[in-house]
Amino acid sequence: MRETEGSPIKQVRLTVNGKAYGLDVQPGKTLLELIREDLGLTGTKEGCGLGECGACTVIMDGKTVNSCLVLAAEADGKQITTIEGLADGDRLHPVQQAFIDHGGLQCGFCTPGMIMSAKALLDENQNPSDEEIRKGISGNLCRCTGYTKIIESIKAAAGNAGGR
Amino acid sequence: MAEFSVIGERVPRVDAREKVTGEARYAADYSLPGMLWCKLLRSPYPHARVLNIDTSRAEKLNGVKAVCTGKDFGGWTWGWMSSTRDESPLAVDKVRYMAEAVAGVAATSEDIAEEACDLIKVDYEELPGVFEPEEAMKEGSPSVHDYVKNNISVEYHWDFGNVEKAFSESYIVREDRFRTSRATHGYVEPPATLAYYDPSGYITVWAAKQSPYFHYRHLSACFKLPLSRVRVIQPFIGGGFGGTKNDSLGGDFCSVLLSKITGRPVKYVESMEEELVTSRRRHSMIVYSKMGVNKDGILMAIHHRVIADGGGYTAIGPLSLYLAGFATTLPYRLPNFKYDAYRVFTNNPIGAAMRGHGVTHTRFAAEIQMEMIAEELGIDPVEIRMRNAIDNPEPGAVYETINKVLVKTCGIKEAIQRVADAPLWRDRNKVPNKDGDISWGVGLSGTSYLGGARQMGHQACAAIIRICEDGAVNLITGATDCGQGSDTVLCMIAAEELGVRLGAIDIKRVDTAYTPVDPGSYGSRVTILAGQATQKAARQAKKQLLEAAARNWQVTPEDVEIRHGRAFVLSDPEKSMPFDRLARIACYSGTGAVILGTGYSTYGIEPLDLVNGIGNGGTSYSYTAQSARVGVDMETGKIITTDFTIASDCGRLLSPLTAEGQIEGASIQGLGQTIYEDFIMDSGKTLNPTFLDYKMPLSMDVPAIKLIDVVTDDPDGPFGAKEASEGSIVSAPPAVVSAIHDATGVWFKELPVTPERVVQALKNRKNKGASAAP
Ligand code: FES
Ligand code: FES
Repeated sequence: MRETEGSPIKQVRLTVNGKAYGLDVQPGKTLLELIREDLGLTGTKEGCGLGECGACTVIMDGKTVNSCLVLAAEADGKQITTIEGLADGDRLHPVQQAFIDHGGLQCGFCTPGMIMSAKALLDENQNPSDEEIRKGISGNLCRCTGYTKIIESIKAAAGNAGGR
Repeated sequence: MAEFSVIGERVPRVDAREKVTGEARYAADYSLPGMLWCKLLRSPYPHARVLNIDTSRAEKLNGVKAVCTGKDFGGWTWGWMSSTRDESPLAVDKVRYMAEAVAGVAATSEDIAEEACDLIKVDYEELPGVFEPEEAMKEGSPSVHDYVKNNISVEYHWDFGNVEKAFSESYIVREDRFRTSRATHGYVEPPATLAYYDPSGYITVWAAKQSPYFHYRHLSACFKLPLSRVRVIQPFIGGGFGGTKNDSLGGDFCSVLLSKITGRPVKYVESMEEELVTSRRRHSMIVYSKMGVNKDGILMAIHHRVIADGGGYTAIGPLSLYLAGFATTLPYRLPNFKYDAYRVFTNNPIGAAMRGHGVTHTRFAAEIQMEMIAEELGIDPVEIRMRNAIDNPEPGAVYETINKVLVKTCGIKEAIQRVADAPLWRDRNKVPNKDGDISWGVGLSGTSYLGGARQMGHQACAAIIRICEDGAVNLITGATDCGQGSDTVLCMIAAEELGVRLGAIDIKRVDTAYTPVDPGSYGSRVTILAGQATQKAARQAKKQLLEAAARNWQVTPEDVEIRHGRAFVLSDPEKSMPFDRLARIACYSGTGAVILGTGYSTYGIEPLDLVNGIGNGGTSYSYTAQSARVGVDMETGKIITTDFTIASDCGRLLSPLTAEGQIEGASIQGLGQTIYEDFIMDSGKTLNPTFLDYKMPLSMDVPAIKLIDVVTDDPDGPFGAKEASEGSIVSAPPAVVSAIHDATGVWFKELPVTPERVVQALKNRKNKGASAAP
């Protein structure tokens, strides 16, 4: 993102993984850059930077977004959850555990975004069908797994994931 | 069958927890204080002379700390072989493909570095380009490199048996032209590096490389430093699949040089668009296949003439072409084989390695052609394969192909039979083959791939097992897990050999300052070669532990065993202790008590014979049979894939969860290059440089996959293992194309089979009233 010359710096207040932040941001800055660079939360990945791979998926006010497409300024006043915010201390979120147990990851680069999409799906629909699972992750590209074990992982997590 | 305690268990990956929590750090996740950002200026022309580069305006931009151009590398070039070092970190006097890098900038932010690139003024003299390999090899075509004639980058001419005689004696001889797509790896992690050149003459980089030791040698040679001063530290790798991440890139060299100039760390992260327009992708190959069979459908001869689009530089092309040839004699008996192959320079991006390297092109051609012949002869697709398939040699026996490839285990017949018996194929005629505009079809393939790839020169592969006094175990190898799970497999091998729990093994990622040199993740070699090295290192460490235990219990070492994390006396199992106690006793038993096991792989030591194509290209060979079911919309040409059944002979499955993931993932990558993926090129320009337009399979596109294990115990693999994954990227394209034929009646010989091609072919057929193949 190019900086626009002389454009004003904006104050952004947002909550990330339950912690409140107030940050000065350049107008062109994306939420992804804010998360990775300003907050140092590098679990959220940048694949394409264009909204086409889902590696940067985070949850904003309960909905998944591609954080590379959201301006940091637009996140003002929002609640954000990133992959780092899923586990409860040492206790993993059921979706994380299911990905481990069912081989839902390989290189792991798509994994944080994939897990965020899966979590958002299960928050809305505790018992999704195969088709609904496929739809729920259809914006997340994975080149390693061929999706089979990701779908199995999410199916296994369903029912376990309610209420978290 | 031996009893295993860890091998064969469905254990999760050893790095899974770090990956699901976001703690796993990839190259772009690293940063250092005072770090600068590197960006590259890339050529807008596919072929042009570089007359002058003026960097003065860029240098003056606030925040810019250094700028470099090709001349700053002092004429240094690199390449896969000493005779093909034709590439320099930045173009010097000529650019040979569009977006080739010409200058590098280091600045305090990525934005400023990018802005500075726009301020660099390059004077180019545009040259006529050449973009089709068959054009490029003609006399008088524009010359991409002056050191070769007619743009021939690599050529091989191999001749085994007597194909002419065999063709003249054949009942049917077919000649067809096939072409494979312009496909790329498509990993989600773009190439990235963080480099620091310490002013006292040490380089440290954190780079996304699946072969860190290639990069280590390149940096040592480029910056004229001894290898001992080059440290490549391997982060987690977000997918590799060969090619780009096997090699070094312009941005890698520039980051180090710019760090040397500025004295500050420099980070370089490629944008996905840069990656997609410059990736060292799979070659697109034209395969002229001539096949002769007798009237029973028995193969008499194959002559392949292959023309590969090499793009602007050689890179690993000599190996790609070798692999496309040597494996044609697998998995069917072939008494006569001729191979004339040309890799041709063009002004396209570089053709290089990708999963299923080389083999996928010619095997696709041969599989489809064999089916066409079977159709002509009225022989069933399963039957023609079973008649020709290589038998599984008796234990101890070896089958030798006409080009002297040695096969010690071969599960192809069992794999084909089991796929044929599985419901998808068996019941294919019980389901309706028409449903509105959708026409359904099922197809089948039987293929082979190599594991434990041999190299040209350096083959070293070692492992170190270090027993810590608390019973923890360090496993140190130079092998790289680029995401496919080899770290897990190596840990399982170590745990099995030592008799400890998997959790006791901690594997270290590559750090060239400490880990043993290794070619990296390459040609399905890690499980087999690093696996054997790990096995040997673990045995050596265990021997020392058994001796310590024997001293303690006053018995002989032969009378001691370690299993499930406990050491015990075989003749008196009452005498036992936990592994950590034994480790402490062994480590505290005297000043020499350092429990270190080392081992190296002894497979794969014959060098490759590129010139004659004789001998093994791998240590062992996997076999895959696959069926696929597709539905083709006869109006729109759109194809949906509903089911795959894949039977794989991977030797013995060491880690089923990992191997299944490999087979599934690779088959979907194979599906991508069969019906979706292709770079659309216009005079060297990539017209679809985004994931939106270079369409890879998403979750909605993938079939249900059923896997079948065919177990063979290969003598040349740890616990009998062979490769898993490259097999199914080779088996998928012919299975899918044969299913499309079943649905439409058309044989497609050019990949990918896009809706446009389907519609066109159906239209042609209607017009001609006969079966037409585009
Ligand atoms: S990085 Fe945001 S969608 Fe790809
Ligand atoms: S696990 Fe590698 S991209 Fe999904």
